[in-house]
Amino acid sequence: MEIVYVYVKKRSEFGRPCYFSDRPAELHADLLPDAALAATFLARDPCDVGAQCAPDVSEHEVNTERFESESRGINHVEGGWPKDVNPQEMEQTIRFRKKVEKDENYMNTIMQLGTLMEHSIKQNNAIDIYQEYFEEEDEEDEEEVTDAKEQPAAKTINVFRDPNEVKRTASSLSWHPDGNHKLAVAYSCLEFQRAPKDMSFDSYIWDIENPNRPELTLKPVSPLVSLEYNPKDSHILLGGSYNGQIAYWDTRKGGQPVEMSAIEHSHRDPVYKVIWLQSKTGTDAFSTSTDGQVLWWDIRKMSEPTERLVLDLSRKENLENALTAVSLEFEPTMPTKFMVGTEQGLVVSCNRKAKTPAEKIVCTYSGHHGPIYALQRNPFFPKYFLTVADWTARIWSEDIKESSIMWTKYHMAYLMDGCWSPVRPSVFFTVKMDGTLDAWDFLFKRNDPTLSVKVCDEALCSLRVQDNGRLLACGSQLGTATLLEISPGLCTMQRNEKTLATAMAEREAKREKILEARQREMRLKERSRSEQSKEDESRELDGEVTTEDLVARAEKDFFQIVEAELKKMEKDKEDEKVGWKMCCKLLDQNHTLNLTVVSLAELRSTSLFWHHLVGQVSMVTLDLNELRWSH
Amino acid sequence: MQSDLIAEVEETLKRIQSQKGVQGIIIINAEGIPIKSTLDNSSTVQYAGLLHQLVMKTRSTVRDLDPQNDLTFLRVRSKKNEIMIAPDKDYFLIVIQNPSD
Repeated sequence: MEIVYVYVKKRSEFGRPCYFSDRPAELHADLLPDAALAATFLARDPCDVGAQCAPDVSEHEVNTERFESESRGINHVEGGWPKDVNPQEMEQTIRFRKKVEKDENYMNTIMQLGTLMEHSIKQNNAIDIYQEYFEEEDEEDEEEVTDAKEQPAAKTINVFRDPNEVKRTASSLSWHPDGNHKLAVAYSCLEFQRAPKDMSFDSYIWDIENPNRPELTLKPVSPLVSLEYNPKDSHILLGGSYNGQIAYWDTRKGGQPVEMSAIEHSHRDPVYKVIWLQSKTGTDAFSTSTDGQVLWWDIRKMSEPTERLVLDLSRKENLENALTAVSLEFEPTMPTKFMVGTEQGLVVSCNRKAKTPAEKIVCTYSGHHGPIYALQRNPFFPKYFLTVADWTARIWSEDIKESSIMWTKYHMAYLMDGCWSPVRPSVFFTVKMDGTLDAWDFLFKRNDPTLSVKVCDEALCSLRVQDNGRLLACGSQLGTATLLEISPGLCTMQRNEKTLATAMAEREAKREKILEARQREMRLKERSRSEQSKEDESRELDGEVTTEDLVARAEKDFFQIVEAELKKMEKDKEDEKVGWKMCCKLLDQNHTLNLTVVSLAELRSTSLFWHHLVGQVSMVTLDLNELRWSH
Repeated sequence: MQSDLIAEVEETLKRIQSQKGVQGIIIINAEGIPIKSTLDNSSTVQYAGLLHQLVMKTRSTVRDLDPQNDLTFLRVRSKKNEIMIAPDKDYFLIVIQNPSD
């Protein structure tokens, strides 16, 4: 059936405005159900209908703006005095008091209260209601219980952000020596020549209770790279700045440095580390920088250093050959020795009291592939020290110079700083470039950190543990210093910990000694064999292959291979955009060094791992970003 | 009669003071004015101001919980010492004691 509606309008009425009017409803079409159609359908019984009985909710996220709060105190003055008595006037107050004392009501009240009070006092004196019985047992039980249940954890307590617009790296932190309520943070931009123009040079001292505003601003001439409180005098701070000068501040005198070292006699590169020395006057310190010198200073006379040491391994005081230092170590219990960590990956141990400069450098420890950012002796066992460099942290024993006795695995991110826990001999902390803080306990687990906490998204560049071992501060690349509290499990000494740690360290040291002895034997054998073969053969391999030769050869080979690989890669690099993979082979005299490569993860830098074979220890490190080859 | 009473009051306070561990006694009136004290002025004023408010609050708490009830004694035990307050309608007697250990 067709439903049609027809409406008629005269032509002359086209275009007229419409006048609407009401009229009753008219039935135009009525469709009745067709019984025939019903037969094609089947009734469904029962019907499943879903109904929801939950209220409608929606999820919202709100991020509040940073709320600046300030602590203020109100000082109450005496009040409550009746109108005619002036609280400032002693006479009037005394008179008032005497009047009250004569009041009978007062006396009766006091008598009553007095008896009541005496009863309580005597109660207190009679027995201590809070006395702990079986204290030792309780402690043991508690300890075991906490060990079993408690997971090591670190909690962020406070975050101190750089108040300036232009963010700089928090390159060094130092805790206040007494009471640890203050933290001095040095800010600088460590990227070479990338410091923005309007970067502020200030460094701050923060009170840990107040993260909104720094307590004191230090205004140096050039940004500070390292900063240390004087352990003897908590008002004095020593800072090493980016331009090589050293300056010291007295917090009582404000933000300007009290004195700065003369620029002609200072370092020529940023001063990466300053340390206070143990001395009677408490004014001695020494500093080091990448210009290859270690300078000793007396802060009373900053115009020139008291002593100078050039880190030249050939002992000729040649600045050009000197190793460039990035960290320094000094332990007050061993005042004559100190250690320097270099950019080349060597730790140089030196003796302060040597007569000639040549004798100052005692020995070196090699084993790292990159600059040693942190160097610290174990506060309980000074014979063992920790170094943090490249992708690993290593523990060394002073006697074994060839390699470390314990080391962590190679991580995915560069390790930037590390330190021992001052309360537990087997615990140390490290921070990485991916913003994680790791706590390692080598008695508990050797392969992995006991605790790994992601503190922030940017790289963490510095770390300092407070003397009580409980609080830790770490500084990041954007200038944020985060204060973390570690769970008691990681900062209370366990039973027998000292003995266990010594035992473990000694065992590892013994192992290394045995390995070293074997290596030496093998080397001797080889040498005697190669000497024989050299005598037999008349042909010699170019005598001394110079460094330049090697480098040129290596470069040529490298570029050849890179090009070959790139061509191959372009073919199969269609859907993935992951990274490059490069394989490299370097020829070096008789031996081949196989270098396996890490895939470029973040386009920051590619570095090549290397295996060093027994015998030749020739290492070539390639850092693509800086295009620097070092042997 | 009055002088006897005065002497007795003095004696009571002296006795309390001489008990083991007692560090100080303060008597304050209902408005918080210290009447008598064995501590120095600044501490006295501080204790008087703070404890007066505390007692008022405690008393109102007790009475809110049960209107028939009233505060008879207040002891605040802290790590370093114990502050005992005996309140009355018009005066408070405060004693600071170092507990027996």
